Amino acid sequence: MNSVKVLDAKGLACPMPIVKTKKAINEIATGEVLEIHTTDKGAKNDLTAWAKSGGHDLLKFEEENGILKFWIKKG
Amino acid sequence: MTEKKKTTIVLFSGDYDKAMAAYIIANGAAAYDHEVTIFHTFWGLNALRKNEKALVKKGFIEKMFGKMMPRGADKMGLSKMNFAGFGPKMIKDVMKKHNAMSLPQLIELAQEQEVKLVACTMTMDLLGLQKEELLDNIEYAGVAAYLADAEEGNVNLFI
Repeated sequence: MNSVKVLDAKGLACPMPIVKTKKAINEIATGEVLEIHTTDKGAKNDLTAWAKSGGHDLLKFEEENGILKFWIKKG
Repeated sequence: MTEKKKTTIVLFSGDYDKAMAAYIIANGAAAYDHEVTIFHTFWGLNALRKNEKALVKKGFIEKMFGKMMPRGADKMGLSKMNFAGFGPKMIKDVMKKHNAMSLPQLIELAQEQEVKLVACTMTMDLLGLQKEELLDNIEYAGVAAYLADAEEGNVNLFI
């Protein structure tokens, strides 16, 4: 998947993944994809809810060796 | 998107843990693109105090209050397991290990995210706190200003 930006939020605790994601999504254009890596276990539900509320699309989610990866398309 | 949603939080408590919860929710709400207000009243005002002493004129009781209350967010105690100040030291160590942000960092982040920090002027008078002792770039108001924000609020908490 073509992401224009990768946000490394590994090791960060709540509320930082969501705060950083918000900042990062402000820096890309509508329709572009942001990739987020995090290790916070709450992030799956957090980012899913956040994307929905903000009108963004969670395109893909993957878990790999304890790292949660998200691809969010800016809406 | 249409008009911004609003989150309003009353921070009444002067405990480190409760204030942390308030500021985590506030920062989360700001990331949700809400307009966020934290209204600090009574013991919650201590979260806004500067660490250093300010040169202000005070009466005897006000001075005593000033001495007995925590001077700033970092000096606040825990609502449970405070153990005369040992509890906060322990929890701050644990927080560092888990990469959780400290309360002063959360307050700074809130200001960066343009969370509106309001000090209740009536309780400032009661506790003998003056503007010079509180953080810069905060607002001063009373119940009416709080209600004006809260009545349009989508999330409203009392902590």
